[in-house]
Amino acid sequence: MKKNLALVLVAALVVAVAGCAPKSETGTATTAAGGGEILVGEYGSLTGPQGTFGTSTHNGIMMAIDEINANGGVNGKKIKVITEDDQSKQEEAATAVTKLISENNVVAVLGEVASSCSLAAAPICQQNKVPMITPSSTNPEITKKGDYIFRTCFTDDYQGHSLADYVLSEGIKNAALLTDVKSDYSQGLGHFFEERFTAGGGKIVARASYANGDSDFRAQLTTVKASNPQILFVPGYYTDIGQIAQQAHDLGLNAPLVGGDGWESPKLIEIGGKALEGSYYSNHYFYGDPTPMVHEFVQKYKDRFGATPDGMAALAYDAARVLADSLKRAKSTKGSDLRDAIAATKNFQGVTGMITIGPDRNALGKKLVIEEVKGGQLTLKATVDPQKNATGAATATH
Amino acid sequence: MQILLQNLLNGIAAGSIYALIALGYTMVYGILKLINFAHGDVFMLGSFTGYYAGRWAAAHIHGEDNAPTLFVAGGIMLLAMIVCGLFGYLNERIAYRPLRNAPRIASLITAIGVSFFLEYGGQFVFGPDPKFFPTLVPKHIVHFGGIVTTNYQLIVLGVALVFMALLQYIIYGTKFGRAMRAVSFHFETASLMGIPTDRIISTTFILGSVLAAVAGILYGLSYPKIDPLMGIMPGLKAFVAAVLGGIGNVPGAVVGGLIIGIVEAFVGGSSFSNYRDAIAFVILIAILLFRPSGLFGKSQAEKV
Repeated sequence: MKKNLALVLVAALVVAVAGCAPKSETGTATTAAGGGEILVGEYGSLTGPQGTFGTSTHNGIMMAIDEINANGGVNGKKIKVITEDDQSKQEEAATAVTKLISENNVVAVLGEVASSCSLAAAPICQQNKVPMITPSSTNPEITKKGDYIFRTCFTDDYQGHSLADYVLSEGIKNAALLTDVKSDYSQGLGHFFEERFTAGGGKIVARASYANGDSDFRAQLTTVKASNPQILFVPGYYTDIGQIAQQAHDLGLNAPLVGGDGWESPKLIEIGGKALEGSYYSNHYFYGDPTPMVHEFVQKYKDRFGATPDGMAALAYDAARVLADSLKRAKSTKGSDLRDAIAATKNFQGVTGMITIGPDRNALGKKLVIEEVKGGQLTLKATVDPQKNATGAATATH
Repeated sequence: MQILLQNLLNGIAAGSIYALIALGYTMVYGILKLINFAHGDVFMLGSFTGYYAGRWAAAHIHGEDNAPTLFVAGGIMLLAMIVCGLFGYLNERIAYRPLRNAPRIASLITAIGVSFFLEYGGQFVFGPDPKFFPTLVPKHIVHFGGIVTTNYQLIVLGVALVFMALLQYIIYGTKFGRAMRAVSFHFETASLMGIPTDRIISTTFILGSVLAAVAGILYGLSYPKIDPLMGIMPGLKAFVAAVLGGIGNVPGAVVGGLIIGIVEAFVGGSSFSNYRDAIAFVILIAILLFRPSGLFGKSQAEKV
């Protein structure tokens, strides 16, 4: 009896597998042959502790792609985005990208925000010769994974150095450093900040680390408080930052927190509340930027999603448009042709500034803004613009 | 000195939450020789019950801007205790009781299965995004000489102490407690003496789960970020605490929890803060190597 049952189960399994396999093949066959569609993959943290990163990125991409499709698409074909959620986990990111490439046969991949996830996915894209553009991962290592990996934002060496320069220019000499041991982004940005800060005469008076997802930061913050820093540099992600700010406030640590673009989320102030007052961080664009392109983008985004676009949405919008532009210029949608087209991107006007892909496949000389939490709102504190003259001229012509 | 005291206070506050969870592990082990790996997830369930009840109360009873009254906060905790107690009962009734006479490894694997069920079922039902626990009590900052604390930490300490004292009374001061101790000494003999072992075991599960619910609410109060996988780490650390104190030993679980909390606070405050999560497991390995019965687990120690 038991043996029979086993046989039945095996038979059922065989039928199930056989039933599945041809289905998915015909599925891809119709899209590839009959569609006039170009498939683009997106993987992102739609859920999990970095959930707003993925959601904003997805919104930005969809807005760009819908606009492009409404204007006739790319060389007569519409772009279709296939989205996979990686739950803010690196192992899921690797699985998601593998699925997009091997099952959905996408021609290119957009993602991720968190550098650890991009680092997990990049080697897979490189191996399969599918170009990947990360809209907002800033860790320098990512584009070093190979010649199919691109980035349309600035990198952490630039971000860390700019932040250190800014902090030094404010007359700050003592900083404490609190980094996330589990995040490549946090480690990298912390390192570059410290490098420039100490070279410029600053001193790191205390250093401590945490692991993202932790809830209790009081022990580290107690040590930090005892060293009496003028600022606490925390290059982390917004969920942790909100809680760190709260607990620092509880412990009476009143030095402002300073961080990087990982803070950028509509949830930051919601979680951190009053404890974040006076803290500031670097970002890729400021939503209140008066240039017409940014203004129009913010309006359209607000109309569609009912929220102010954050930096991740703006970067994703730009990355998707760079990809579409490259698809237009590419000889074919073959990986190597598309790669050459992306690499040749020059002076592409995006909402986060002019995008030119450099020899190391990173966007060159992008603008950086520093935003401060004031009265429960984000306000522009400073702007760092490496192409100052060029943008100055551009603004003048508008 | 101030830093020392500050870390000590932070450690005790975190440790008392570990202790409450560890009590559930140790009671169940004492009576069934089963490590209930789903216990950390019952703690998560308690937090989520508090989250939804707190949000409901904010919408219907006291309004978004006002803090709930003590009565409402108490009601929310009571509800979480009831939900978790009920889950503890059903868990034992459905998952563990049919395996009572099976090899012990079967129950252990079932416990891991229940744990996964709660973790991933939780992700499915509550969603995997972190949620922010509603404010149940307005927060005040309290200064004690050089050290700073919040009324939250004091509430955590106070409530934990009350429940530990209550448990101590139940185990050593009531007829049920005596029956529980008898079952943990010798299962068959106890049942021959007319002790309703099934009922005792069910009640033990309920008690442990109720304490986990209390821990869940206290955790949500002091670290307001909760998610369906939040039970894993505190659960494992509480397990280490129970082993450290001598698994099966009630005062041992409390002391173990406090030690883990304090050690973590000091490691977190030192320059080795990146090893904070590892330290609990280093302690586990050291205990298993040098004193497998735990600090209080002498062979003839009273077990519950």
